[in-house]
Amino acid sequence: MNLVWLQSGGCGGCTMSMLCSSSRDLLGLLRNAGIHVLWHPSLSEQSGTEALDVLQACADGRIPVDLLCIEGAMLRGPNGSGRFHLLAGSGRPMTEWVAALARHARHTLAIGSCAAWGGITAGSFNPTDACGLQYEGDVPGGLLGAHYRSASGMPVINVAGCPTHPDWVTDTLLGLALDSLHHADLDALGRPRFYADQLVHHGCSRNEFYEFKASAEKPSDLGCMMEHMGCKGTQAHADCNTRPWNGSGSCTSGGYACISCTEPGFEEPGHPFTQTPKLAGIPIGLPSDMPKAWFVALAALSKSATPQRVRDNAVADHPVIAPAIRRTGLK
Amino acid sequence: MSRLVLGPFNRVEGDLEVTLDIDGGRIRSARVNSPLYRGFEQILAGKDPRDALVFVPRICGICSVSQSAAAAAALRDAMGIRPPPNGERAASLVLATENLADHFTHFYLFFMADFAREAYAGRRWFDAAQARFKAVKGSAAADALPARAAFLQIMGLLAGKWPHSLSLQPGGSARAISSADKIRLFALLSEFRSWLERRLFGDRLEVIAALDSAQALDNWQAARAPASSDFRLFLEIADDLRLQDLGRASDLFISNGAYTVDQAVLFVRGRWQLGEQHARPLDPASITEDAHSAWMADSPPLHPHRGQTLPDADKPDAYTWCKAPRLDGAVAECGALARQLVDGHPLMRDLAVASGGNVRNRVIARLLEFARVIPAMEQWIREIQPGEPFCTQGTIPDEAESCGLVEAARGALGHWLVIRKGRIANYQIIAPTTWNFSPRDAGGTPGPLEQALAGIAIGEHERVPLAVQHVVRSFDPCMVCTVH
Repeated sequence: MNLVWLQSGGCGGCTMSMLCSSSRDLLGLLRNAGIHVLWHPSLSEQSGTEALDVLQACADGRIPVDLLCIEGAMLRGPNGSGRFHLLAGSGRPMTEWVAALARHARHTLAIGSCAAWGGITAGSFNPTDACGLQYEGDVPGGLLGAHYRSASGMPVINVAGCPTHPDWVTDTLLGLALDSLHHADLDALGRPRFYADQLVHHGCSRNEFYEFKASAEKPSDLGCMMEHMGCKGTQAHADCNTRPWNGSGSCTSGGYACISCTEPGFEEPGHPFTQTPKLAGIPIGLPSDMPKAWFVALAALSKSATPQRVRDNAVADHPVIAPAIRRTGLK
Repeated sequence: MSRLVLGPFNRVEGDLEVTLDIDGGRIRSARVNSPLYRGFEQILAGKDPRDALVFVPRICGICSVSQSAAAAAALRDAMGIRPPPNGERAASLVLATENLADHFTHFYLFFMADFAREAYAGRRWFDAAQARFKAVKGSAAADALPARAAFLQIMGLLAGKWPHSLSLQPGGSARAISSADKIRLFALLSEFRSWLERRLFGDRLEVIAALDSAQALDNWQAARAPASSDFRLFLEIADDLRLQDLGRASDLFISNGAYTVDQAVLFVRGRWQLGEQHARPLDPASITEDAHSAWMADSPPLHPHRGQTLPDADKPDAYTWCKAPRLDGAVAECGALARQLVDGHPLMRDLAVASGGNVRNRVIARLLEFARVIPAMEQWIREIQPGEPFCTQGTIPDEAESCGLVEAARGALGHWLVIRKGRIANYQIIAPTTWNFSPRDAGGTPGPLEQALAGIAIGEHERVPLAVQHVVRSFDPCMVCTVH
């Protein structure tokens, strides 16, 4: 399967993240799955006209593209001209290149939240008129339109995240190469369900603090970051705390809030990212699937039941009280 | 006279186009175009100043932490606070990890692959270079990627993930380090040190750091077989292709200074012009940006605190989205070479006195930094005091003008912040490649890469001249940072 990867209105961070793959031989892994990297901006040998010749042949359908991976938002501005990104050496807007390639591609993948929804590049008043391949924020459409289907019959596969976890990308590519990822394996927003049917909250190392609503109050505190620090881990679709980043990491274990970077529109939350918006002292954004009245009742109860250890450790940057040692056996 | 338009350049971060005017088989003049504009400075205006910490790392997926560090420094400057000793060490470790990982990516993935191209078949080093560095297929790709990923596990521990962390805060780090973490950090760093000593240098880092003259480097080289290590192989190639004669720019070098611990820096801040005995202080007030050749509303050169970013795609005679930063109106180069020259490392000074800033010296300086920075990282880890604070708390003032100056892998990175009524009134960013790949200013003076390309001989049938690619990549450009 031929893979073509292009970057536009983004930071290249999804590629950089992918290269952090825990695979001992990432390129060998792709090769062994039958994936041939026809062109990737960070990896390939060809530059300039050599590269443009390959891309033109793909755009004309002369070379088949099985996996079209687009990283970065589609920049339609200024005034619909696409001139905020003309692909170097070609004089043509990247939006045109992507549309031409997507007409022939067997599978089209948006790598990262910029390519999926517009993402960070669409922040504020969206100065470049950025959008995703098949979405503009959470509204279907984007560059290719709501009705776009690649040659395989699938919509754009939105491997959303800012950045994407290396496995989200490699396992999606491998799933397609091994014919084990199909339309039904995507969620309602086109994200692969193997990571998007989870919540960042699952497996969060701060879960005991969450249980007791023992909350962090300032950067470096160990407590749960939902109540004050803007954490959206209980709503964000991703498996970041069960599929560690860079060996052992995740945002919440790294000391900071989940900003819900896999979700459309995460770039404009309507409040400072690291400050929880509240109504009458209660966070507006409650955990997914949780009725508000129950949340309020449980929070009040659990706060009153918080052990001293959990209460004190929540507002320290290292555990100041260790768990009591109890004898094993029947208790 | 003929014209050659080159692009896209891969194995640089982001998109790049270079237009060459060629006369008599040589480049008469070059124009560098950064073809992607995203508008971060416009996006940041009006936001809560703390939100800069979410947006700026996403300027760049390869200099992500550097951008965070610059924003944290600018906010810190506005808040008037200082991180605790642990916080300085944690932040320096995170920044050093990114910077060294970027040097590593540059050497193994971006730069060396060009010497494995068929055009060099028949050179005495070609077989070794091809086996090791061929793009995608060479042994280095399979060997270096896992080493890079393992090294970046330091980020999993200290920053949650890489790229795009929020652990760097104005007051230090939001991720405290325990005694157990210190041991893991030491182990991860040790693994990387061993890899570098085995593959990259074939020697102890301390031996490399102690090379103190061109003669010492010659002696080191002469005592080892060409394919005994990747660095040795590079020196072989550099000699044969005379890379020291390729890619010279203005020979004015600047560095913001790097890695502050206990109010001292590992690499000093300053400016150094070839020919001077000592580096001089770098006065941030003497930095301006000139929009003359950029698709930006025209203005006289402005200090970044007064800087403006107003795209104008129809501006006549403009040819890039990149503004032109200047130091006292002069063209300056930044990067690992500049950092080491300003800091006065004797090997780099000696090499520069003989041949200035060029492709070979830029690469040697980058590799030298592994040998100088890793021992410092080991020291910072030892000095961390678990249980002591990692983050000073503070409040953001309603009115402030501040700046954050750091060193990314690629060189001097500055953020200039103006806060009015508690919101960001202006946010201006000058990234390393903004300096290095800047266009002509109002006086018509070309930027560093444009100068470095002038005069290069171009073969008649070369579609994408390799010498041009070596020069371009020798700066380790980051195009997504350049314009942002």
